[in-house]
Amino acid sequence: MNLKALAYQLREDTINIIRAGKAGHIGGDMSVMEVLVELYFGQMNIRPENMDDPDRDLFVLSKGHSMEAYYAVLAEKGFLDKEDVLENFSKFGSKYIGHPNNKLPGIEMNSGSLGHGLPVCVGMAKASKMDHRNNRVYVVMGDGELAEGSVWEGAMAAHQYKLDNLCAVVDRNRLQISGNTEDVMGHDDLHQRFRSFGWHVIDVEDGNDIDQLHAAFEEAKTVKGQPTVLIANTVKGKGSSIMENKANWHHKVPTDEEYQTIMKDLETAKEALE
Amino acid sequence: MGKTANKQMICEVLMEAAKEDRNIVALCSDSRGSGSFTPFADTYPEQFVETGIAEQNLVSIAAGLAKCGKKAYAVSPASFLSTRSYEQCKVDVAYSNTNVKLIGISGGISYGALGMSHHSAQDIAAMSAIPNMRVYIPSDHLQTAELTKALLKDEKPAYIRVGRNAVDPVYEEGNVPFEMDKATVVTEGNKEGNDVAIIACGEMVKPAKDAAELLEKEGIHASVLDMYCVKPLDEATVVRAAENAKVVLTAEEHAPFGGLGSMVAQVVGRECPRKIVNIALPDAPVITGTSKEVFDYYGMNAEGIAAKAKEMLK
Repeated sequence: MNLKALAYQLREDTINIIRAGKAGHIGGDMSVMEVLVELYFGQMNIRPENMDDPDRDLFVLSKGHSMEAYYAVLAEKGFLDKEDVLENFSKFGSKYIGHPNNKLPGIEMNSGSLGHGLPVCVGMAKASKMDHRNNRVYVVMGDGELAEGSVWEGAMAAHQYKLDNLCAVVDRNRLQISGNTEDVMGHDDLHQRFRSFGWHVIDVEDGNDIDQLHAAFEEAKTVKGQPTVLIANTVKGKGSSIMENKANWHHKVPTDEEYQTIMKDLETAKEALE
Repeated sequence: MGKTANKQMICEVLMEAAKEDRNIVALCSDSRGSGSFTPFADTYPEQFVETGIAEQNLVSIAAGLAKCGKKAYAVSPASFLSTRSYEQCKVDVAYSNTNVKLIGISGGISYGALGMSHHSAQDIAAMSAIPNMRVYIPSDHLQTAELTKALLKDEKPAYIRVGRNAVDPVYEEGNVPFEMDKATVVTEGNKEGNDVAIIACGEMVKPAKDAAELLEKEGIHASVLDMYCVKPLDEATVVRAAENAKVVLTAEEHAPFGGLGSMVAQVVGRECPRKIVNIALPDAPVITGTSKEVFDYYGMNAEGIAAKAKEMLK
């Protein structure tokens, strides 16, 4: 299956995980899917067999609430058993909680509290520089998350340390739990903000397009002396018209009827891409 | 040997270890001078990370370094490191289980006249409440050296608080009883039975030891424990000391709630109930002054501890 179709397959898995666990940040799961798929299947040197290799690439999901999408990706990559996740996600005593937990295989750092991933990845990328490694460090943030001051502390340091092995992605879906990001705490000059912090900025016009993401990640690898951020313009709830661009789908479990519609929409989109 | 600040001993021990181990990394938040870490930064620039005045960043970066095999020592004023960076200490260090040693310098009220913003009288309570976070408050520079060497051997998170100034040593050069996570019995008192067991940490250990000597002159038997390992608390030694005494007195440079006194009281109350009193800072911004002036004012000195013991025994 090509990566474009795979993203829709994993959206279906994600919806099933959310339905089974009766919980999930569905909107952000859908918007970030192509970013995760391109990273895990098109970019990063990470697989279950090399997690102890210090030269592996490193990844932190800073917008940790997109965990259901991450479960689907980690299962597809062979880190987790998909059936086990489906059976136990969010249940009493489960190890599959609603945010990344590094007791699970494939997950480097715990997150959930926003604004932590970038500074942590600064430390990881700095360690790679100290040890003269050629691996890369990736962090995915939400756009609402950028209101956390610690993001900008990390951004400052990444430039100061010239971390060209660090690539951040902003899942720019323009919605957060209270509504439009621009109404809550705006970022319309986001590109300029990162540039003024000394970052190389790549605008990904369609952040749900695998080809555009691939090109952007490849460009980031060529940048020397400064970190890169991809502003990935995505659609919250991507994949079905009933949830696309709707803030009330930030955290929601589809009803039976909604579920049928969503799965039909996803299946149609997947078949068109296969 | 003259007096050496505890923070300086940490730097010296780490510099010695860094000769052989390039994975030892020190981080400062514009605090290399106040932390006595300038020699480390100058000698091992490749193993030193400056984050600027950004304590949250300091802790997260330390966690990222540690995740990649570094032994990260994050050195920053205790007040900011413990509560400004609390979220990062909880999530990136303790919860993610990264090998970060958080070195809180100028702890307690040792910044004196700089005021409450610079005092860390809440750090024991805050840090102890985090699962997988250990809390250590060494009493003098000799014990600090032993503790630092012990911490180099493990890969678990820890918070270590030291004061700003050099203090009178509790122990003697070449004779520093130290076992990791075990309280040090500074004064045994009377093996047949003590009147009071005094349990102290940090800069309160020396006055506690002196108080025991004052009490002994008046025929009152006291034992003294140096509970440098506040968490994990050495419960067995607490119980032994309490069982062998009529009353228990704790002494700490901390707010009156959630510190050593609270933790000892939980154990004593459960295992061997005794009257127990906690000598601590007030639940208020402390009076302006040097550490000595402040301690004297609140009765946190040998005379004050001895007087409190006698009052309890009346």
